[in-house]
Amino acid sequence: MATQRPAKRRRKEQSEYFFDYSLLFIVLFLLGFGLVMIYSASSYEAFQEFQDAAHYLKKQLTAIIIGLVMMVVVANIPYHFWEKFYLLGYIVSMALVPLVLTPLGVESHGARRWIRIPGIGLNLQPAEVAKLGMILFLAVMVCKMGKGVRSMKGFIFMVLLPMPVVLEVYLITKNLSSAIIILGISVLMVFVASPDYKKFVIMGAAGVAAVALLVFLIVSSGGEGGFRSERIVAWLDPESQAQGKGFQTLQALYAIGSGGIWGKGLGQSMQKLSFLPEAQNDMIFSIICEELGLFGAIAIILMFIMLLWRMMVIANNASDLFGAMLVVGVMGHIAIQAILNIAVVTNTIPNTGISLPFISYGGSSVMFLLIEIGLVLSVAKRIQLKEL
Amino acid sequence: MLTDNNKIFHRKKILVIFLVCAGMMVFLFGRLVYLCVWRAEHYSQLATDLHERERSIKAARGRILDCNGNVLADNKTVCTVSVIHNQIEDPEKVIQVLCRELGLSEEYVTKRVEKYSSMERIKSNVDKEVGDRIREYDLPGVKVDEDYKRYYPYNDLASKVLGFTGGDNQGIIGLEVIYEEYLQGKAGTILTVTDAKGIEVEAAGERRIEPVSGNDLCISMDMNIQSYATQLAVQAMATKEADSVSILVMNPKNGEIYAMVNVPEFDLNDPYALPEGTSDTLTAEEKQNILNGIWRNGCINDTYEPGSTFKIITAAAGLEEGVITKESSFSCPGFIVVDDRKIRCHKIAGHGTQDFTHCMMNSCNPALISVGLRLGIDRYYAYFEQFGLKSKTGIDLPGEAGTIMHKKENMGNVELATVAFGQSFQITPVQLITTASSIINGGNRITPHFGVKTLDAEGNVLETFQYPVTEGVVSEETSATMREILEMVVAEGSGKNGKIDGFRIGGKTATSQTLPRGSGRYISSFIGFAPADDPEVIALAIVNNPQGVYYGGQVAAPIIRQLFENILPYLGIMGYNQ
Repeated sequence: MATQRPAKRRRKEQSEYFFDYSLLFIVLFLLGFGLVMIYSASSYEAFQEFQDAAHYLKKQLTAIIIGLVMMVVVANIPYHFWEKFYLLGYIVSMALVPLVLTPLGVESHGARRWIRIPGIGLNLQPAEVAKLGMILFLAVMVCKMGKGVRSMKGFIFMVLLPMPVVLEVYLITKNLSSAIIILGISVLMVFVASPDYKKFVIMGAAGVAAVALLVFLIVSSGGEGGFRSERIVAWLDPESQAQGKGFQTLQALYAIGSGGIWGKGLGQSMQKLSFLPEAQNDMIFSIICEELGLFGAIAIILMFIMLLWRMMVIANNASDLFGAMLVVGVMGHIAIQAILNIAVVTNTIPNTGISLPFISYGGSSVMFLLIEIGLVLSVAKRIQLKEL
Repeated sequence: MLTDNNKIFHRKKILVIFLVCAGMMVFLFGRLVYLCVWRAEHYSQLATDLHERERSIKAARGRILDCNGNVLADNKTVCTVSVIHNQIEDPEKVIQVLCRELGLSEEYVTKRVEKYSSMERIKSNVDKEVGDRIREYDLPGVKVDEDYKRYYPYNDLASKVLGFTGGDNQGIIGLEVIYEEYLQGKAGTILTVTDAKGIEVEAAGERRIEPVSGNDLCISMDMNIQSYATQLAVQAMATKEADSVSILVMNPKNGEIYAMVNVPEFDLNDPYALPEGTSDTLTAEEKQNILNGIWRNGCINDTYEPGSTFKIITAAAGLEEGVITKESSFSCPGFIVVDDRKIRCHKIAGHGTQDFTHCMMNSCNPALISVGLRLGIDRYYAYFEQFGLKSKTGIDLPGEAGTIMHKKENMGNVELATVAFGQSFQITPVQLITTASSIINGGNRITPHFGVKTLDAEGNVLETFQYPVTEGVVSEETSATMREILEMVVAEGSGKNGKIDGFRIGGKTATSQTLPRGSGRYISSFIGFAPADDPEVIALAIVNNPQGVYYGGQVAAPIIRQLFENILPYLGIMGYNQ
């Protein structure tokens, strides 16, 4: 009996705390897959530009290692620790965005969206900080409001809260996609917090109607009216704008179409040979389709669905509302980005720069995503197995 | 802690989010299936077009063969040297090598090497040896592609008939233009897979679409007759210090042309050479005008007043209409008065009274004018058209000139009289020989031509050309009478210098003064055929502006005599003694 006791205790300890290995595995799989695809998509251009085929691979790998360390750290800190920083997070988000206009800002591809962190030589996108800050801030606010969110006043208040950051990101960094993602995360969080459906259905219908009207107006005006309306025209008929706004989309479609069902085989993409500019970035999904075909694409999509399913399970079993809201925020963030990215690559929606979570090249993006995964794992850890 | 109540609606909402997101992803997957399966072919094709750079390979142009299979126009393997900007690793060396090997200026090569384009042609038609030498340097970015250049083994033989080709092996003049579609073949392509900047992807290799050679063209020209006729023409031009000499040799029965000589000819392998002594300061347009003059084929591109050879036509019309017979009697006092004009005979003293055969033998102007007047304007004009003189002959060479003739309503008796002996209107030499042929061959207006058939690479006949024939432009009897009269012209008349012992030759001489009258410039010509009773060959010699003696019977007839002396046995035409 005496010898059995410690064993029994240990089993009890194991069963008391939950660690979501499936989630971790999915994330690691996506990261590893992403690294292979980044190398495949970028090596040709990287060699031409830097005489180092693994240039982008090395940078991404460094960011992932740093990100994984931060994830482990965050996962081991009880998430309630962050609760008191919610206002700070909001303020930091608000404060960082205008910094891109200062000498600290870095311009790339004609857009000023990054700031250089002095000393480390790492570029940070304030929008990434704002996404994380908004998830934390709204999760805390939902808990503080309690049942207040059910009234019309509470609802409007909750919807208006993220607006300053959304507008700041849109107006200062001219980054419509990040603004849409932040707004989307906020709406999803408010949606979960409020028991009502009607308001959201009306909001959704109004949004769809507004977009449809806008597209209609742009098309009937013949596509004159600047940068964004050109994109709409290019979206509807990319081949008519082959040398203009439709160029990138069309190159992505060439890649997907020429990959076919089975793909050309890993490393065999033609489009990555400078035809598709910066294939390792936002358009990496099209290279996956070209090299691995429809089956590579469905593997990635299934992985994302499983990732969302794991997060749904964690959110549903979170030990408190704050934890659940944090997971819902992260889930919304990853879901929105993945869906919008694939939609852009397949020309389902007009072209806008959105990266594919965990797979696209981009250091600050993957680091913040891993911090968010750390938060989710931290929430998962507080789930007592008897609750399941 | 979530309260149980809260938990239920939160869970439901999170499930809704998950299901909506998963649903969207499934929809996107459906969109991918559409793109990868239904649109795959479309986009693959577009992508392949984008990834491949093409260099064209010239097709070997079909050869031109004479009636005995001698090659008159052939192909020579040459090289085209080009550079691909993005693939050049050592521009200095490339420029240096290309300048030295191709003999080009450094400035010219540098400009092309530095030009940012997918492919820049440096020089085409480079000799194969030079191309091979450049290839041995193995310079990245320098492409040496083999293709073909037209080559004419006999240099200036029949230059104005055969014509030559341009930089893309396209016909510029002559038969090379008319038979372009048969000769040209189909250019091939070398497709190279490259990246977006045009750098070749080595692993992908090359794809070739092989060129299809053009078909060979067999023409009726006989290289031997053509060469001999050219010799005679060159000789005559030299001895008579003439401006130019043309000789046409044709089969009067079917219109196949054996020879068409226009001296001076030009070198087909160097068609752009200007005559020596040409000023260097000419503009491009002036140079082109000079070249166009050099390339001009006098037998078909230029018209002239045929003079007395045209009396054949007037006589035939008169006989056919029955206004005269061989025996009709005419009296020539040395002139004839038509309306208010007095038109002289070349023999001032007059020929006196003679039958029509002798009128032709003496080439008597007043007699032929009388024939014309007996026919009258309406009937004469109708015969002019019936003989096909108003339309082109339809020869298979470019730029045939039309007939310059009075309008019928503007014709009076004076015009009719001058036309009757071959003045005041203009036709081409080929028109004259064609019309004369149809009068002596039994009345069939044939189409003069060179093209006989096309052959594929193995020598199989692909197409035999057919040419229109108009039968019955004169009756068989008239034709026979004309042959007798014209035989007498050579046997005992003005054409006696065309006579060859033992052969029956028919013919007619002409001496026409060129416009403006009184300039002292003449065109001497002779049209002859043999055997006179059943013509197998007809020939026309035209000497333009001979110095000294200028009578057709003394200048042009001997040319045809010499020609016939040699070619009649060659063609297997036996004289009555053999």
